[in-house]
Amino acid sequence: MDREAIVKKFQPELHNILYILHELQDANARHFVAKEDLEACADYLKVPYSYVHGVATFYTMFSLAPRGRHIIRLCDSPPCHLMGSTSVLDYLKEKLGIDVGETTPDGAFTLELASCLGVCGVAPAIMINDEMFGKLTPERVDGILEERRKGS
Amino acid sequence: MNIARSHVLISMDAGTIMAGARAVQAMIVQEIKNKGLSGEVAVLETGNLGVTGMGVVLVVYPEGLYYANVTKEDVPEFVEEQLLKGRLVKRLLLTQAPKRFIIRREKTGLTKEQPRVVLKNCGFINPESIEEYIAAGGYEAASKALTSMTPEEVINEVKRSELAGRGGAAFPTGAKWEFARKAVGEEKFILCNADEGEPGTFKDRLILEGDPHKLLEGMMIAGYAVGATRGFIYIRGEYSLSIERTEKAIADARSLGLLGNGIFDKPFSFNIEVMKGAGAYVCGEETALIESLEGHRGHPRNKPPYPVVAGLWGKPTVVNNVETLANIADIVRNGANWFKQYGTPKCSGTKVYTILGHVATPGLIETEMGTTLRDIIYEYGSGISGGKTFKGALVGGAAGAFLGPDMLDVQMDFVNLKEYAAALGSGAILVMNEDTSILEMLKSVIHFFKHESCGHCVPCRLGTARLVEIVDGLADSQAKADDLDRLLQIASVMKDTSFCPLGQSLYLPVSSCLKYFRDEIAGS
Repeated sequence: MDREAIVKKFQPELHNILYILHELQDANARHFVAKEDLEACADYLKVPYSYVHGVATFYTMFSLAPRGRHIIRLCDSPPCHLMGSTSVLDYLKEKLGIDVGETTPDGAFTLELASCLGVCGVAPAIMINDEMFGKLTPERVDGILEERRKGS
Repeated sequence: MNIARSHVLISMDAGTIMAGARAVQAMIVQEIKNKGLSGEVAVLETGNLGVTGMGVVLVVYPEGLYYANVTKEDVPEFVEEQLLKGRLVKRLLLTQAPKRFIIRREKTGLTKEQPRVVLKNCGFINPESIEEYIAAGGYEAASKALTSMTPEEVINEVKRSELAGRGGAAFPTGAKWEFARKAVGEEKFILCNADEGEPGTFKDRLILEGDPHKLLEGMMIAGYAVGATRGFIYIRGEYSLSIERTEKAIADARSLGLLGNGIFDKPFSFNIEVMKGAGAYVCGEETALIESLEGHRGHPRNKPPYPVVAGLWGKPTVVNNVETLANIADIVRNGANWFKQYGTPKCSGTKVYTILGHVATPGLIETEMGTTLRDIIYEYGSGISGGKTFKGALVGGAAGAFLGPDMLDVQMDFVNLKEYAAALGSGAILVMNEDTSILEMLKSVIHFFKHESCGHCVPCRLGTARLVEIVDGLADSQAKADDLDRLLQIASVMKDTSFCPLGQSLYLPVSSCLKYFRDEIAGS
């Protein structure tokens, strides 16, 4: 769907800005809000570009830089920390060969840290795009990455 | 209508879906068909069954048997044995589940079923069916309020119930509604805070996933009492299933005329909209939430004016937590006296907790206010996992308090914990066993605050950065006394001078941690 069609799904009211940014980002294959997206949003809502930029950079779910097809968000809050998220993070970094905030050269995975994902009953947990995975161990991480790589 | 002899209720919440609940459900339905049991056994979806971290969980009625960790491979045996032949599949049976509903009362020695007010329908009805909610007594309270009570009477009933805000601040709900009712303004709003971000807390998610209509009914009654015609539910962007079910619930209520214009043929109109957040812990603070809903960066506002006077778009706005609003329907239907039979004299009602960390059965529970930490851990959580011993608990999320073993028998409610300089907060209870490094946990908490500080005010922005520097420089058992004193001093300045509760609240985990575990961190 093109940008124009996406923004027009909403009333041109400022309180729809998060919804519009969500949809623009979801429509982008590289999971980010492009400069053109910010411009389209600013034009439609009749606010300055800098305003939309300010909002988009405030919230952690939006990225202004291209990301991988699969965004791995690892929960680093105290409950997951207690249950071993640090070792999962180290394993992911080693396995993918990237640091937090980076994307693998093949464009498959981006690794990010997230605050509490709200699935603490199965800590440690990660979210890949819209899907949650819990009770992680290195073996489970291997399986999940493999499945995702195949699916992409 | 065909009545089934047996019902299989499968928990469909984010946790069980993650574990493959949809595939298991499809396979059970197929197996039932293969065995020719289609007319006899009904398979239904429901909300969280009070068990988390145990894979796919289901319950078989009329026996009330809980099965956990059910995989696709288990389905043929489960259907053959349990549903066809009526024999237990013991290896999958969850023997600890009933403890979540029945707890031994220490004083009387009797067992008593624990009250379920907020979670009454969770795990019993299909959250996507408005008919099931109505059959369980749903929307009766709204009908009672709208057709036989004045708004003032509704507010008085809520005031008499002494319900206090369940988001953590414990502000009296009835008083808040009264302020909003008396506030001058043509348009008023009810805003439900479902931006649940306190680490370790997922009760609001499970309420939204398990019984969304209960929230809508509470909001409707709030709207009637306050004189508001529009409500908003601000849900975390990560909670996709909650958003989906809440939106469906709103659409269903609208189609039956329970939302919209002229509800119950009265001159009362009420509509509810869902807003989706985008990831910012600070937006759990009510004025930051309002800023975000208006389409701004989620910076907190100056208070006063409070939202009840000037909130959303500058108009009187009631901001209530999901759990608070989920209490309203039962208070209105059964009366304040009924509600006050639960809890302690100072703090009425029940509290929904999420219990997690090193406990044998992590999950969602609801108990009376005043239940001790010991009961919650050892009765509901089935004790410390792996036969270890209890070291401490972080109660109330990252902005909560570290508690040591001598706090196990303190009655937990908002008022009582305050006297011990602790807080019940959002109700998250993170249990830590003997092997836990408390310093590592404190580091994690401080790092969390640094990441979530919105940068608006100097004490919080710089304070969290300094705290991270200090705490990262500490090694286990080698911390110097001045380092610990500096931690406390900076947190104390942040408490006094930060603009919003985010920066102010870091003092609690830091001070409580040093109160109970200073020796361990200092290694003396």
